[in-house]
Amino acid sequence: MSSMYKLEIVTPDKSFFDEDVEMTIIRTTEGDIGILKDHEPVVAPVAVGSIKIKQNGEFKLAACSGGFLTIDDERVIVITDAAEWAEEIDIQRAEESAQRAERRLNEKQGELDVLRAKISLERAMNRIRISKNI
Amino acid sequence: MAGMGTRDIKRKIKSVNNTRQITKAMELVSTAKLKRSKDRLSVTKPYFDTVIDAVQSIMASEKNLKHEFVNKRAVENTLYIVITGDRGLCGGYNVNAMKKVVHDMVDPSKALIITIGRKAQSYFNANGFNVIDSFEGISESPMYTDAQAIARIALELYKQEKVDEIKFVYTNLVSTISQEPVMLKLLPVEVGEEGEVDKNEDFEFINYEPSPEEVLSFIIPKYVASTIYGGLIDSAASEQAARRVAMENASNNADELIGDLTLTYNQARQAAITQEIAEIVGGAEALK
Repeated sequence: MSSMYKLEIVTPDKSFFDEDVEMTIIRTTEGDIGILKDHEPVVAPVAVGSIKIKQNGEFKLAACSGGFLTIDDERVIVITDAAEWAEEIDIQRAEESAQRAERRLNEKQGELDVLRAKISLERAMNRIRISKNI
Repeated sequence: MAGMGTRDIKRKIKSVNNTRQITKAMELVSTAKLKRSKDRLSVTKPYFDTVIDAVQSIMASEKNLKHEFVNKRAVENTLYIVITGDRGLCGGYNVNAMKKVVHDMVDPSKALIITIGRKAQSYFNANGFNVIDSFEGISESPMYTDAQAIARIALELYKQEKVDEIKFVYTNLVSTISQEPVMLKLLPVEVGEEGEVDKNEDFEFINYEPSPEEVLSFIIPKYVASTIYGGLIDSAASEQAARRVAMENASNNADELIGDLTLTYNQARQAAITQEIAEIVGGAEALK
């Protein structure tokens, strides 16, 4: 297939994905972008959201918790703190962590804690949303 | 005389043997832990390399970026982040990393230090250095969140201009028998020399969404955190490797010592027997 390019998704714990794909739809801080082969070189921050990967005509969905992406001639690299396939998300754990974050938001301690709780709530909600979307 | 000697030697052999059992056990433990840390190292390496590559290539292609993390300031205060282990008995591992910091300091009163590991904490505190923060108990199996916490503190200090550069000292695992302390300048970000080479070749305009400055202020904290994370993992593996080698040497020395002592013991025992026989024969001789 000529219209494929290499997509790499790396997280601190592992190389999450490293295969040829047809298309990727990914959420940056500026909005969703779709990436086909021969995309112009871009560097952009990735927001908490989903990554849709099209391979052999089928879409795969993964949750991604923020990072950045670089597109160059040969490949697309997404660097993120954490990534999970939609079907592998543990909904119960995500819901628990959403509740935990909400509780922490209500308690309202330091500024940093609120910020952290907001981020973790956003991530948890993102995972819940994506896993229900299969 | 000889009888006393044998008992003393025997006691000594026993105590050396006890020590040997400990060092041998520690050697085995660190061998297992080294295996695990090496596995982690090989898993994190791609992430670490990719982040550094990405930052380097941005820096290399955009020469005239203006950003607080890139601009050089006159260096007044320096922040050192140093990684050591929580425990000793690992040869020169802890000392070498701390030495690297001390040698680099021009004026200790203008150095701020973040320590990771109990050894660095007690050393720098005891010697009156300005330690702003200490992390303990994360050296052996570092988590990414630890690295993020450290990075956050360091970046905060840098933003408030309390420090003008950040240097990071960790130990690189060259091989199982060789570890080397490394000093890396985290901020301001420096362009590596290899960036110069591909500049005139196929230089391509890279798009930054929304803007290069925005991207940098997002990427550089990530870069700092993942560099620290990589350093933590590398150091963890180095610590185990250093301990394994130190304990292997200790066990070998103990073996040697036991060998020597056993020889002296047997000699002393034989001497005692010979003397006893000589005394009996001498006694029988006198009765005739």
